[in-house]
Amino acid sequence: MPSFLFDQFINGLTQGSVYALLALGFTMIFGTLRMVTFAHGEVYMMGAYMGFEIIRLLYPSFLLALLAALVATAMLGIVVELLAFHFLRNAPHATSLLVTIGISILLVNLAQKIWGPETQSIPFGRIDQLGNFEIEIAGVYITFLQIAVLGVTVLLMLVLYFVINRTKLGMVIRAMAQDYEAASAMGVNVNVIYMAAFAIGSMLGGVAGVLVGVYYNMFYPTMGGIYGLKAFSASVVGGLTSLPGAVVAGLLIGLVETFSVEFGASNFRHVFSFVFMILILLLRPGGLFGGKEMAHTRGD
Amino acid sequence: MLKLTDVNTFYGPIQALKNVSLTVNPKEIVSLLGGNACGKSTTMKTILGLVRPKHGRVEFFGRRIDRLPSSDIVRAGIAPVLEARRLFPFLTVHENLLMGAYTRNDTEGIRTDVERMYALFPVVKERNRQLASTLSGGEQQMVAMARALMARPKLLIMDEPSMGLSPLYVDKVFEIIQMINREEGVAVLLVEQNANMALSIACRGYVLQTGEIVLHDTAENLKNNPLMQKAYLGVA
Repeated sequence: MPSFLFDQFINGLTQGSVYALLALGFTMIFGTLRMVTFAHGEVYMMGAYMGFEIIRLLYPSFLLALLAALVATAMLGIVVELLAFHFLRNAPHATSLLVTIGISILLVNLAQKIWGPETQSIPFGRIDQLGNFEIEIAGVYITFLQIAVLGVTVLLMLVLYFVINRTKLGMVIRAMAQDYEAASAMGVNVNVIYMAAFAIGSMLGGVAGVLVGVYYNMFYPTMGGIYGLKAFSASVVGGLTSLPGAVVAGLLIGLVETFSVEFGASNFRHVFSFVFMILILLLRPGGLFGGKEMAHTRGD
Repeated sequence: MLKLTDVNTFYGPIQALKNVSLTVNPKEIVSLLGGNACGKSTTMKTILGLVRPKHGRVEFFGRRIDRLPSSDIVRAGIAPVLEARRLFPFLTVHENLLMGAYTRNDTEGIRTDVERMYALFPVVKERNRQLASTLSGGEQQMVAMARALMARPKLLIMDEPSMGLSPLYVDKVFEIIQMINREEGVAVLLVEQNANMALSIACRGYVLQTGEIVLHDTAENLKNNPLMQKAYLGVA
């Protein structure tokens, strides 16, 4: 493979892994609650700003920024779950949907109030302090930030896989996704599990926010819009209830987008990725891994 | 130990249960009989806290449970075998058993009980690594009963355990219910359409009709009741 293609391949993977993380969040939440949240992109944005403040003001550490974003977005996720779903359990689905849209608008405006509408950046000196080296593979330089984004994403996916397939919480989440009434008849407190699933999904979104924010060093209140939309689409393309599907779809979309830029269509990269998703859905209306219940990866 | 007093349950404006009162005593098998849509499943869901009664009370060992969340009702010692089995289709058989023990935290005890279930239901052991959805209906019913017993219940509520099973498995299921009752000392509330089978193993029976208890007697008397024979037992 010519080195510029390999270069773009790494870029695409980096971009795609972030979509995958966000899409995993959607899938976690939809798989468990059978409901869509439209505030996920804004949870991602809030995670990004959390990382921004930590690195800018407190200490230039990726780990610290990620931990802070994890805690903050888990709590934010629980608040969204309470407001949009918990208190509206018996309301029509559209009501919950509208509330999540309302929360997303509220969060964007809140961010504008706190950080202003313009794009903020971390001073480059501070970014360099996070880690400043490159690795050369076959004539291609992979930067520290790319390694960090890919590494954190892969690590989180492994942790998620472990939690879902090897822990009691994961087993209960899978059981709830398959038959919540039967789970509740087993004595499962479904409200707690809904909250846990929402918190986990939101944490994945928050981490993605920190990664993207630092990677491009751009933080702005509407940064969650297109990412949220694309990640939701990735989750649909993946089959909406399949965790592996979300990962594969996210990576594919990142690659398609990056290569469309490479071949001169940078203004149309969103068009390319959405056309790609529409094509997949035309061919496989249930999504890539459609029809399979959430994360029954063990039995595959 | 289980006592329902004048329970009224509604789905929206529709009344599904009218002044239902029944009791189950320790170590007893009681059957709740009736045709389709007479309120059998609603009675069960009401006991389990999956639907809430509008009036009346449900007590378990003298403690009122009709306002408790399902999780607390299971913890109190009532375990369900749900209608149509309702296993978790994409969990393994083994994981389904573990879900039955969800409210317990004694890892060691859970492990011994899994072994006990394997001894009690050999077919469950054979299939323990398979996804539940790959089992036949009869096998699934065995798993459903084992799953319920994993909670170490004092009362087992079974909703139509014979539904959709081959006659061979129907016999087997009823044999096992008797065995569970005899050997584990678990009381059983058996919700059934198959009145013949249910009365053959029960001590007492209640008959539900459009949400009301219309008959209550010992199993022996019910079998000889002309009304029962005509309506439910298929005796000419």
